[in-house]
Amino acid sequence: MRIGVVTFPGSLDDRDAARGIRIAGAEPVALWHGDHDLQGVDALVLPGGFSYGDYLRCGAIAAHSPIMTEVIAAANSGMPVLGICNGFQMLTEAHLLPGGLIRNEKGSFVCRDQRLRVQSVETQWTSAFEAGEEIVIPLKNGEGGYIADRDTIQRLEEEGRVVFRYLGYNPNGSMNDIAGVANERGNVVGLMPHPEHAVEPGFGPDTSAAMRSGVDGLRIFRSVLESVLA
Amino acid sequence: MPESALQTPVVDTVDRAAETPEREQPYAALGLKDDEYAKIREILGRRPTSGELAMYSVMWSEHCSYKSSKVWLRQFGQKVSPAMKKNLMVGMGENAGVIDVGEGWAVTFKIESHNHPSYIEPFQGAATGVGGIVRDIISMGARPVAVMDALRFGAIDSPDTARVVHGVVGGISFYGNCLGLPNIGGETWFDPVYQANPLVNALAVGVLRHEDLHLANARGVGNKVVLFGARTGGDGIGGASILASDTFSEGGPTKRPAVQVGDPFAEKVLIECCLELFRGGLVEGIQDLGAAGISCATSELASNGDGGMAIDLDAVLLRDPSLTAEEILMSESQERMMAIVEPGKLEGFLAVTEKWDVETSVLGEVTDTGRLRITWHDQLIVDVDPRTVAVDSPVYERPIAYPTWIDALNADSASDLPRPSEGAELREQFLRLTASPNLADKGWITDQYDRYVLGNTALSFPDDAGMVRVDEESGLGFAVATDANGRYCYLDPYHGAQLALAEAHRNVAATGATPAAVSDCLNFGSPENPEVMWQFSQAVEGLADGCLALEIPVTGGNVSLYNQTGTQPIHPTPVVAVLGVIDDVAKRIPSGWQDEGHNLYLLGTTALELDGSAWAGVVHDHLGGRPPAVDLQREKDLAGLLAAAASESLVSAAHDLADGGLAQTLVDGVLRFGVGARVWLGELCERDGIDAATALFSESTGRVLVSVPRDEDVRFRGLCEGRGYPVLRIGVTDGTPETGSTLEVQDVFRIPLEELRAASNATLPAHFA
Repeated sequence: MRIGVVTFPGSLDDRDAARGIRIAGAEPVALWHGDHDLQGVDALVLPGGFSYGDYLRCGAIAAHSPIMTEVIAAANSGMPVLGICNGFQMLTEAHLLPGGLIRNEKGSFVCRDQRLRVQSVETQWTSAFEAGEEIVIPLKNGEGGYIADRDTIQRLEEEGRVVFRYLGYNPNGSMNDIAGVANERGNVVGLMPHPEHAVEPGFGPDTSAAMRSGVDGLRIFRSVLESVLA
Repeated sequence: MPESALQTPVVDTVDRAAETPEREQPYAALGLKDDEYAKIREILGRRPTSGELAMYSVMWSEHCSYKSSKVWLRQFGQKVSPAMKKNLMVGMGENAGVIDVGEGWAVTFKIESHNHPSYIEPFQGAATGVGGIVRDIISMGARPVAVMDALRFGAIDSPDTARVVHGVVGGISFYGNCLGLPNIGGETWFDPVYQANPLVNALAVGVLRHEDLHLANARGVGNKVVLFGARTGGDGIGGASILASDTFSEGGPTKRPAVQVGDPFAEKVLIECCLELFRGGLVEGIQDLGAAGISCATSELASNGDGGMAIDLDAVLLRDPSLTAEEILMSESQERMMAIVEPGKLEGFLAVTEKWDVETSVLGEVTDTGRLRITWHDQLIVDVDPRTVAVDSPVYERPIAYPTWIDALNADSASDLPRPSEGAELREQFLRLTASPNLADKGWITDQYDRYVLGNTALSFPDDAGMVRVDEESGLGFAVATDANGRYCYLDPYHGAQLALAEAHRNVAATGATPAAVSDCLNFGSPENPEVMWQFSQAVEGLADGCLALEIPVTGGNVSLYNQTGTQPIHPTPVVAVLGVIDDVAKRIPSGWQDEGHNLYLLGTTALELDGSAWAGVVHDHLGGRPPAVDLQREKDLAGLLAAAASESLVSAAHDLADGGLAQTLVDGVLRFGVGARVWLGELCERDGIDAATALFSESTGRVLVSVPRDEDVRFRGLCEGRGYPVLRIGVTDGTPETGSTLEVQDVFRIPLEELRAASNATLPAHFA
């Protein structure tokens, strides 16, 4: 199985996403923002970073980059697409996911090992989790406050499309503690925390067992493997 | 700088300069002394053009030329042993030093100051400090992989400190996070001596394969000189000379326009673009543009190469078309690089810069004339021997004076201060230290930095050193730590500098890595003050002697002088960064223990050494006496012992003892994972002939606290005995966050985890959140 990772000029976690995909057992394929070519991949990751500098709204310009034409078409035809942090921002700017991300409530960038509850296992990116499971994934963002109008939030909650929720501490002021959401079909998921930074023992978040041993993020990549191969 | 000083009605050409020798020039406003200006006229055989004057003034400034420090810095090159040269691929004098770390890999690192801009405009000052040091790393052909920063602010409760802290931390966070470089550590101090002169020292590390090494030289007649990256604008003009050579005094003109503005996105793209250029073999020589911009890059590249260069200044892409030639030469616009490219490779070079949307222009070429010739509007405005600009700058042997006040200061020992013996009073002082600004938890700062990006961070704050994996297959990695103690250096700059070196060395060793190289950032007051010059000379000598004793080379660094307000200099603050190598980062040792029932061993011995200590400062507001004794051979032995313990996986945690002594090490160890400890001081006090307060608060060197799993106990003791290093079991780890954990010093006091955490965590947020 081949999973594409799109690199924008300001992408930062693109190689990390590729590493996570490799460790999960799939083949990462490097895609370039300026191309109109998905190279026949089976799934897509829009990685974290600052796409085109993001001096305007985060992800606003990236949502109109050349490759997004193909990304949007693929997402609409059911291909699994994961947006991580800046990728989540792009997905909302491209209207593949509802709502938007605004400056953190406290104003400053925050980096922390974040506890999350997996709210939905009905998406292509979360099927390997148990419903209601608690996981720890590193979070690092400056503009991660999730917002949407009241009706949208209510619909997301009712339809089970809130995929991840912050647990214990809401790091950025997101409405309803929302850390990640899915589209109606469950093939497009966006989240602010970085699963690619919890895939390898020794380089992930601390756990009660050992320093930096958390690998909860791996199951997000494994989920898509299972759902595509199924 | 006063712009009117440089604006000329007609272009000041070389011919015109020769014809009008009598014309008055504003050299003094540009920071040049009478004799320096006379020297320039002598070199040229005429008066300089205004463009030449601009170049000489920036390149001969203290910041660029090291004219006051050079005579002392030579020691770093002289006091070397063969062992220190063994792994040294590039030493001092290049953009950054490079060391061989094995398996075909090399690591380059450097620490540099951005102090003055960070006081005037903290956010941009600190941001561009990160940007500048990262470009030095790229210039060596390396991929930057980590940053770190050593910060010194004024008193935590002074009204202006919050402005500077918010700006500096925000600037580092903004720039470093956008670049995608993990921030893996550093240090933060508060002291009134830095009130109007904060220190912002930024460190960057890069990795490269041996064959990718690049140097800053312009060789090969006919090769093209290419400027690429951001456009040249009006920012930072005169920053290098005016800012770094001036002192802050009240009522002076605002200097804001002289500070550069950073664009991390442009730098991120520049990193990737440069790495692709290196991979394609498209670059012969490369230099970043920092202080003194094009003046510096052209004169240094030419000096280090064939010696000649012809530049057409009209080819420089401008952000502001109204800039004069002099301003273009002096502009410190960020995110720019200059490369030397073979004509046949130019097309390939331009294809790469175009792919990354990096604007590029060919300014000229390498010549064999021995002259740096710059034209503007088809007229020759600069014609100099580049070595006279970049290399043969003035060298000063500044007067030195043994400070009149130092003997009295040294006589005023903290040993005479009252020390508590009762449990309640010891407990109260213990918690006061825990909550004191310099020892309190720095999470409010470090949580604003991305420590995960690139996926190779094996250790980061609050562990003793940051550690990064270099090779994903073998696990080869490096560890790096920065340290400085201005209080010690104020009491004794020679030993103070060695103490900083010893502590950084110990911090690296505590992770299990083997120290391999040093970079330093020497922050001092005005060199025109003979007492400051004495402090500087002592510190450099101490550091050079110390590096020789430890057999690790100084590979580069930076000197920052004129750090003072009015006539009051800062404490001498030589920040020392030590970089170490570890064969496999999986063997690294954390700074805190995570399991119950492990034995706690104290390595080293403790003496009554409270002079300059955190205890003396926090409890008694005292600074006097002589700093703790340094025994570098012992530090070396300790590092060897820890490396052996790490490679055999004998210890579960190791944390050095420094500021705050054993007390602070215990606090850090408990707070790292929330697992408590039960400690007894009786045997320690008896063996070392000290009281409980000394055991807890003394800052004797050569000490590390380690936790050892029970089943490794015998082997660990055997290791220490075999190496003859003093070791004493002083406690056991006990209690988890779930079962309730406590730090108990038996028969003295108990502090529940939550009380300890609250004391440590509240201080910074109380002032800044």
